[in-house]
Amino acid sequence: MHTAVNLWPLIGVAVIIAGFALRANPVLVVIVACVVTGVAAAMPVLQILSTLGSAFIKTRNLPLILLLPLAAIGLLERYGLKEHAQASIARIKSATAGRLLIVYLLIREVCAAFGLTSIGGHPTMVRPLIAPMAEGAAEARNPQISDRLRHRVRAMAAATDNVGLFFGEDIFVAFGAIVLMQTILRGEGLEVDPLAMALWGMPTAVSAFIIHAWRLKRLDAQIERELAQQIIAAAQAKGASA
Amino acid sequence: MIFKLDYFYLLLGALLLMVAAMALFDRHNPRRYSSALFWALYSLIYLAGEQLPPVVAGLVMITMALIAGFGGVTLGRYGSRTEEQRRASARTLGHRLLIPALLIPLTTMIGSTLLKDVKLGDLFLLDPKNATLVSLGCGAVLAVIAACWLTRSTPLQAMREARRLTDYLGWSVVLPHILAVLGLLFSEVGVGKAVAYLVTSYIDMDSRLVAVAVYCAGMALFTIIMGNGFAAFPVMTGGVGIPVLIGVYHANPAMMAAIGMFSAYCGTLMTPMAANFNIVPAALLELPDKNGVIKAQIPTALPLLVVNMALLYFLMYR
Repeated sequence: MHTAVNLWPLIGVAVIIAGFALRANPVLVVIVACVVTGVAAAMPVLQILSTLGSAFIKTRNLPLILLLPLAAIGLLERYGLKEHAQASIARIKSATAGRLLIVYLLIREVCAAFGLTSIGGHPTMVRPLIAPMAEGAAEARNPQISDRLRHRVRAMAAATDNVGLFFGEDIFVAFGAIVLMQTILRGEGLEVDPLAMALWGMPTAVSAFIIHAWRLKRLDAQIERELAQQIIAAAQAKGASA
Repeated sequence: MIFKLDYFYLLLGALLLMVAAMALFDRHNPRRYSSALFWALYSLIYLAGEQLPPVVAGLVMITMALIAGFGGVTLGRYGSRTEEQRRASARTLGHRLLIPALLIPLTTMIGSTLLKDVKLGDLFLLDPKNATLVSLGCGAVLAVIAACWLTRSTPLQAMREARRLTDYLGWSVVLPHILAVLGLLFSEVGVGKAVAYLVTSYIDMDSRLVAVAVYCAGMALFTIIMGNGFAAFPVMTGGVGIPVLIGVYHANPAMMAAIGMFSAYCGTLMTPMAANFNIVPAALLELPDKNGVIKAQIPTALPLLVVNMALLYFLMYR
């Protein structure tokens, strides 16, 4: 029965891998992969176009989440939302970028576990609040923070939102993934209790929190180390000139 | 229903049309004609929607991808306020600035949990199939109103600011959308079956450790290729999970499924194909490296994948 498997569609996967390896523009890579996959499946040109077109219309709900909040967020940024977030976190003496993001990771993961996935998000929370606060806390520790480390702090803010969401939502019983798993296993003749699947997700969810929180602590250590190096370098420069 | 998803498609279409018009008249944008065309085509997808013939929509999508891919969407000038001005208004407005920002997640949360089944007369308040998206749309509109009121600006200014942000996002705005199309196309032509066939016919799964590792790593690898764990799960579960882990080694199906899905999520953290989680945030946060978020996630994802393998190996009989 295995001889019936058609391996031609894998050319589309090869295009993706080659495209990303060559660092070509991702949009071009994906569109070429779309066309190549269609051709490999022996579709006529018009059918490729109409398959792509109807899928494009069908999936247009996806960008709503990203695009609709931008007007409000943009307007608030014009009136200093980022600056306010940075200033308020800098006033808290014990706040560090790592500690702040650990608290956010905990909130994000616990909320997602209770089905409240809309509490975070990149356009609505990370860009306007979480990333500026993390950056503000890092800057309060080290005003001369390097651009490399500043970008690292921002990237970790986005990563924290993803980790919290992914490994929290899968232990929420009514979440789509659990329903999907149940449907697929039922199709194979296996009846599985959704609650059992949610419970078996917990060890991974806890591990995800521990691993990522440990990395956030190390981010703090990195910021401190850079500060120490700058102080040493400044002292040496002073010594050399004296 | 009173609030339909279609209204928000039209709203976004109108917003994108405004973005296109503003790009067209922005003399500081070096490629204003191609930028305007890109946004106008995208607005057509939302304004015309299902009335558009599929072939035309396909042409629109390819044209947009070519404009974006060859650098045809560029930045203009946005009349931004200086950092001093922003700091000054941050001082006067203070914590009140947070209210409109938090209105979006708050409205989405309340709408999608409490108001999901509310009816006025015979009509659902929110489109029941799309309660979360519709609540998010309502939240976004409420937030614009609150922000205008708070800062005494106009909705037109809000649109200008929306354009500033969409322009910064540039091509990464459409990347998740066309990736979703590619995902649908992949499953239609049977990419999943082909990959599962290769994995199962070339790897010897006589030892339990190898079988567990193939299942977990396969989930992650497949998700890296497809950009979506939901596409990987049926393939790896049907190809390795059920015949080998359950059939030969008698694993607990609930345990295996849960660990399998989480292994797929480890893959999601490591792939540019999951653009809305990994590439769009890098653009939103104005990172110079478009893979910056992925690089920040790999050291979390890889140890977690090993943890998953260990959990499945040691606990599969529970």
